[in-house]
Amino acid sequence: MLNETLIPEIGVVTDIRRDTPDVKTFRVEAPEGGKVFEHIPGQCAMLSIPGAGEGMFSITSSPTQKDYMEFSIKKCGCLTSWLHQMEVGQQIGIRGPYGNGFPVDTDFAGKDLLFIAGGIGLAPLHSVINYCRDNRENYGKIDIVYGSRSMDDLVDYKEIIDEWCKEDGINVYLTIDREQEGWDGHVGFVPNYVKELGFDTNKTAVICGPPIMIKFTLAGLVELGFEKSNVYTTMELRMKCGVGKCGRCNIGDKYVCKDGPVFRCDQLTEMPDEY
Amino acid sequence: MQDRMIARAKALLADGTVDRVMGWQKGEFAYDITPAVFRSPEALDRDFVFNDFAAANVSKYLVKESRKGGKILAFLKPCDSYSFAQLMKEHRVVRENVYIIGIPSWGKTDFEKIKDRGLSGIKEIKDNGADYFVATVYGDEVTVPKFEVMLDRCKDCKSKKIVVYDELLEEPNGEEVENHRFDEVAKLEAMTPDERFAFWRKELSRCIRCNACRNVCPACTCEKCVFDNRDSGVENKAAADSFEENLFHIIRAFHVAGRCTDCGECSRVCPQHIPLHLLNRKFIKDMNELYGDYQAGADPDTRPPMTDFRFDDCEPSVVYERGGAK
Amino acid sequence: MTYYKLPYEKLYDLLDRVAAGQKLYVPTDRDGEAVFAAYAPGTQLTKKLNTNRSAKDFFFPQTENLYDIKMKGKQLTVEDTREECEDFTVFGVRGCDARAFTILDKVFLSDPVDTYYKNRREHGTVVSLACNRPEETCFCRAFGIDAGDPEGDATAWRIGDELYLAARTEKGEAFIASVRDLLEQTDGAMIESLKKAVAYIMDRLPLGQTSFEGMKQTDLMTHFKNEKWAALSESCLGCGTCTFVCPTCQCYDIREFDTGKGVKKFRCWDSCMYSDFTLMAHGNSRNSQLERFRQRFMHKLVYFPDNNGGEFGCVGCGRCLAKCPIQTNIVKVEKALEVNGNAE
Repeated sequence: MLNETLIPEIGVVTDIRRDTPDVKTFRVEAPEGGKVFEHIPGQCAMLSIPGAGEGMFSITSSPTQKDYMEFSIKKCGCLTSWLHQMEVGQQIGIRGPYGNGFPVDTDFAGKDLLFIAGGIGLAPLHSVINYCRDNRENYGKIDIVYGSRSMDDLVDYKEIIDEWCKEDGINVYLTIDREQEGWDGHVGFVPNYVKELGFDTNKTAVICGPPIMIKFTLAGLVELGFEKSNVYTTMELRMKCGVGKCGRCNIGDKYVCKDGPVFRCDQLTEMPDEY
Repeated sequence: MQDRMIARAKALLADGTVDRVMGWQKGEFAYDITPAVFRSPEALDRDFVFNDFAAANVSKYLVKESRKGGKILAFLKPCDSYSFAQLMKEHRVVRENVYIIGIPSWGKTDFEKIKDRGLSGIKEIKDNGADYFVATVYGDEVTVPKFEVMLDRCKDCKSKKIVVYDELLEEPNGEEVENHRFDEVAKLEAMTPDERFAFWRKELSRCIRCNACRNVCPACTCEKCVFDNRDSGVENKAAADSFEENLFHIIRAFHVAGRCTDCGECSRVCPQHIPLHLLNRKFIKDMNELYGDYQAGADPDTRPPMTDFRFDDCEPSVVYERGGAK
Repeated sequence: MTYYKLPYEKLYDLLDRVAAGQKLYVPTDRDGEAVFAAYAPGTQLTKKLNTNRSAKDFFFPQTENLYDIKMKGKQLTVEDTREECEDFTVFGVRGCDARAFTILDKVFLSDPVDTYYKNRREHGTVVSLACNRPEETCFCRAFGIDAGDPEGDATAWRIGDELYLAARTEKGEAFIASVRDLLEQTDGAMIESLKKAVAYIMDRLPLGQTSFEGMKQTDLMTHFKNEKWAALSESCLGCGTCTFVCPTCQCYDIREFDTGKGVKKFRCWDSCMYSDFTLMAHGNSRNSQLERFRQRFMHKLVYFPDNNGGEFGCVGCGRCLAKCPIQTNIVKVEKALEVNGNAE
C-alpha cells in the first residue's frame, strides 16, 4: 500500500537541554541513527506520544546539521508537558516535514537579513539563522533582535552569546521586558526596541513571536519605511493533519500547514485576521 | 395572530419599552423560518413571520439575549414560558431585561410528517384553521388535518398555561391539560432490563454527536459543557467506542433531571429522530413517584426535588428495590 | 453512451445478482429513516427522495482507525492497520451525493493522497439514480448538477415501468457487464425526455432558480468583512447538524482511544461549528459563533472555489435546510451575501 502521511515514523530522543524554566530543546534521531527526514528552514513536524496526543512543532535545527533534528518546545499544554518530563532514549512519533519554509535560496539570497523574535518565537527562526550562518557567503549582514520576559526566558542564550555574538557580520540585540538584577542589556518590549534601533529599510525582515508582538513589530517596521513585501513571519494555528485536509488551520483560503507557515506580510494583509 | 404580534412589537419598540424583538424571520417556503432578532419596525413589517412551524423554544436564546444591554421583547408560548421560569430559578436569565408577551399555542407542526405523506415539492401550505391546504409542484392539492401532522411533543402537551409574562396576547390564560405523556415511559418500564437495554442501544446507535439536542436544550446552559472539554476524553464528536454516545445522552439526562421542563426540543431537533425526550420523561416520572408531583418551571419559586432535602425523602435503597423487583 | 433497460419489477433480480458477487448498499427504510444499508434479498428501496444522511460515509466514514501505536518503556511500536478494502457497490446515489464524491476527491486525492479514502474510492462502484421528483429543498441545479442525469460510475433512471442503465466509467462498464444478461440494449431518447421533465419541475421549485455565481463577483475580504454575518449567525445554536448531514463537509479530527493495551489513533468527522475546533493551548483563533459560522460558509462558498477552479463546496442536496434545528442554511447565507455584494 502507498505510504500514508498520517502514520508517523519513530524517532529517538538523544539529548535534552533545558533552555529556560519552561523551554526545553529535544534532539531527535532515527532509531538507526541520522535524521528521520530532511527539511528546509521554517518547516515543521508533527510529534506524537500515544496517550498525550500529537502536535505541530517547528524544526529548530538547521538542515545543515546533518546528524539530527532539534525542537525547542515550551511547556504549555498536555502534550508539551509530557514531552518535558521524558528522558533521553524515549521514542516518539514523528512525521513531516510540513509547510513551505523560508525562501532561503531565493528571496533571501544576497540580502541583508533582520531577524526579530520574541520569547519562544526564536524557535522557528533558529533554523533559518543557523542555515544562513552555515551558508554565510550567500547572505549580507545579519541583524538579530531578540527579546523575552526576563533573562531566564531567553531561549538558546548560551549559543547566542558564545556563537552568534562572536561572529563577524552578525549583530545581536537582546532585550528583556523588565529590569532584572544581573542584566545590563536593553530593557523594553521588542517592537519599541526595533523602532529605537531604526534599521536600514532595504533589509529583509523575519518576525516571529506571540501574535500581539508580531502585529506591533510589523507596524513598527512599516513606520520605519519597510515594505511589507520584505517582511516575513511564520504562523501557528491548531493542526491535525499537517497536509491541508483536516480543515482547521486555515486563514481565509490558505492553510497554515501547507501554504504556510511562512507568509509575507503583504500576503497577510490580504487575508482575514483570524489568527 | 402574526399581525397582532407585529402590532404589539411595533408599539413596544415605539414607546421605548424594548429596543429589540425576538421573533421569526421569513425564509424561502412555509417551514423555512428562522428565529431572529428584529430592531426596527421596517424589519418587522418586511420579515417577521409567525406560523405553526415556529416551533423552537426561544427561551434558550434569552439566556444570552437577556444578558446584553437593553430590553428584548419575547413571545413565549406555554412550554417556552416553563423553560423561562426554570431559567429564572437558576439565575440564568435576567428577568428585567425581557418583556414577555405570552402567546397561546394549539400545537406546532412537524413538517416532516407532511412530507412523510408523500407530499414533495411543496409549493404552498395554507393554514385553514383546523387543517392545512398543501399544494405541490406535482399538482397535488391535499387537505391535511393539523392534528395528524402535529409534533409528537404537542400531542402530549402538558399545559396551555403561560407561567411567566408581562402581558398576554390573548386572555384568558390557558390551563394545565390532561395528558398521556408518561405512557411511552410506562411501556419502557414494562420491558425486561435486556429489552430496555436493547431498545436504547438501538435508538442511540443512530446518534451522530451533532449536539443539536444539547445546544437547543434550555436546561443546557453551562458556560462550558464537560463534553466540550478536550481533556475529558469524551469530547463532543464521534467516538471510538459506540458506547460513548449512549453515555453522552444518559449523562445529559442526569444533568438536566429536575430542571428539564419536558419541552421536547431535544427530540424535535434530532436529525436522526432519536426519542431523547423519553430519557428525560423517565426521570420526571421517577421524581414524581419518589418525591411527589413536581413540574420544573411551573413557577419561579418552589425548590426542585433534586436540590431539596426533606426528612421524608426516600432512601437510596429505593433504587435497588425498584430495579430488583423486576 | 450505450443505454440498457430492464422492466422495473426485475430490479430486485438485478440487485440480488450484484449482492451475490460483492457487498451492495442501497437506500432503504430503517426505523422510519431512509438510510444506506447493506442489501440482502428482500430489502426494499426507500420511497423517499434521499437518505437522511449523505452517502459520504462510504468513502469517508464518521470514524475510522488510522493506526495503532503502543508504548512499552521508552519503546514505541506503530502498527499500520490498513487493509485493502473489498470491492463494493452503492446503488441509488442521487445526483447531489454523486457530485459530492468528486468534491471530496479534490481534497482527499490531491497530493499527498489520503490512502484511507483512496482505498475505498478505488474499490467502490457508484451507481447513481436519477431523481424523478425533486423536492422543495433541492437546489442542485445551482451547481450545474442535472438531477435527471446524475454522474457516477454508472447511472440508473426509473422511467415508467422500466429501469434504464448506462455506464460512465470502467467500473461502471464492469457493473453493467455483471448484469448484462438481464438487460436489453436501447437508446437514450426516454432519458432525454426525463431530463426535460425534471428541468421543468426544477423551474417551479422554490429554490429552483437559486444561483451562487453572484458570490464570485465579490472578493474574499469583502465577503469576510460583510456585516451581515452578525445577523446571519445570531440564532445559530452552534451544533454540528449541518456539518454532519452534509455530503461535502470533510473536516476531521484525529484522536486517540486508549484500549488499555495500546492506543488506537482514529479520525472522526469534526465540525467547524464547535468551540474547540481551533482551540490551542494558548488561545482560539475563532472564538465566537459568528466566526465559526462564517468559516463554514466561507469555506464552501469562497475558500473552496478559490482553491478548486471555482467549484463550490456545496451540491444543493438540501439536507441542511431540512435538518437545521432553526432552519438557517446556505441558501439564506447566499442571498444575504449576494445582495450586499451587488449593492456595492
